Amino acid sequence: MMIAKKISQIQTLIIDGKEVGGRSDETILQVARENDIFIPTLCHLDGLSEYGGCRLCIVHVKGLPRLVPSCTTLVREGMEVTTNSEDIIEYRKGILSLLFAERNHVCSVCVSNGHCELQWLALKLGITHVEFPYIYPKMPVDATHDRFIADHNRCVLCGRCVRVCHEVEGAHTKDVMGRGITSRVITDLMNNWGESNTCTGCGKCVHVCPTGALSEKGKSVAEMEKRRQFLPYLKRMRERS
Amino acid sequence: MNEQQGVGAKGQEDRRIRMVERTMRMYGNEPHALIETLHTIQESYGYIDTDLMRFVSEKLGVPLSKVYGVATFYHFFTLKPQGEHTCVVCTGTACYITGAKNIIDEIGKQYDIKPGETTSDNKLSLLTARCLGACGLAPAVVFDGVVAGKQNPESVNETIRRWFEK
Repeated sequence: MMIAKKISQIQTLIIDGKEVGGRSDETILQVARENDIFIPTLCHLDGLSEYGGCRLCIVHVKGLPRLVPSCTTLVREGMEVTTNSEDIIEYRKGILSLLFAERNHVCSVCVSNGHCELQWLALKLGITHVEFPYIYPKMPVDATHDRFIADHNRCVLCGRCVRVCHEVEGAHTKDVMGRGITSRVITDLMNNWGESNTCTGCGKCVHVCPTGALSEKGKSVAEMEKRRQFLPYLKRMRERS
Repeated sequence: MNEQQGVGAKGQEDRRIRMVERTMRMYGNEPHALIETLHTIQESYGYIDTDLMRFVSEKLGVPLSKVYGVATFYHFFTLKPQGEHTCVVCTGTACYITGAKNIIDEIGKQYDIKPGETTSDNKLSLLTARCLGACGLAPAVVFDGVVAGKQNPESVNETIRRWFEK
């Protein structure tokens, strides 16, 4: 946790035609956000490690043969980055559409309707319909916990809950099982959440979840707002101590 | 923990648990021994049982959910006991396009099992693999550990029928 701070150099680069500067230990995403350049993200969350899983933050770097995720690519001197070309936007829409097709994201009956990052991203990127056939999998809902509910129908496998449980809470109660289309977030040995001995019941996973996959019991649609302001704070305080 | 005592008591009479402990010791009981340990369990028990996962988790200091995640990620590991005979159909790209699906469907039709399942008489387990690395032999099927190349539904059926005749 305590790594001696390396002296980082200032790098200058061009993002979307704008000359910007950033430290050599910063990612393209960080520098872009510091300069009010919008790059959509889903698995990224300030205060958690970068995962590079959702691929929504892909950008084009001049000279590289493929698109790179901006959340895991560090800035370099003289880089020329394009964040919002037509191609990139199409790819992002494709990625989001596949997420919608994979599970049962029915906003009208979801507790996170109106406070959902997936829904917000779809609106922001202008997705009006999904071209892929829906899979409609039969996913379980785990309501065994006293205070929380896990609805796997809404899960996009962004891995935020897994990371916050491991990195911030230190319990590592949650992880992802299986692979491909059969992947699922699990509690311990795929036990019911309510029976977990390792879960501290802190609720961080619920509040970092971008969708309605994890929610608090007894909250209505309007009330289920996620609060995440504690995350960067916790990270900063721990680095200090 | 109660579970641990259970496994410990079983260990005294069970040579297999000593094999598992030996693997863990060989890697200094460090978390990175997880995959090797699961390999030993799979090979000596034929499957990975939840009690053993708890035991390994405790010994190596790996979270339970991580052990379960790794055990379910790799097709080599199975969480259920396998039948007398196993038939692993490769579903890698080369095997898939040359007809692995037909083979799986045929076995499914004949014996009423899906990949990952065992027949009710415990005679046959049908499994799939991501890629055996034998793409030149596509479609490849592994019968009880022996790789057979250039298979089709008829040849697979024939091999399995011989098992059932015995």
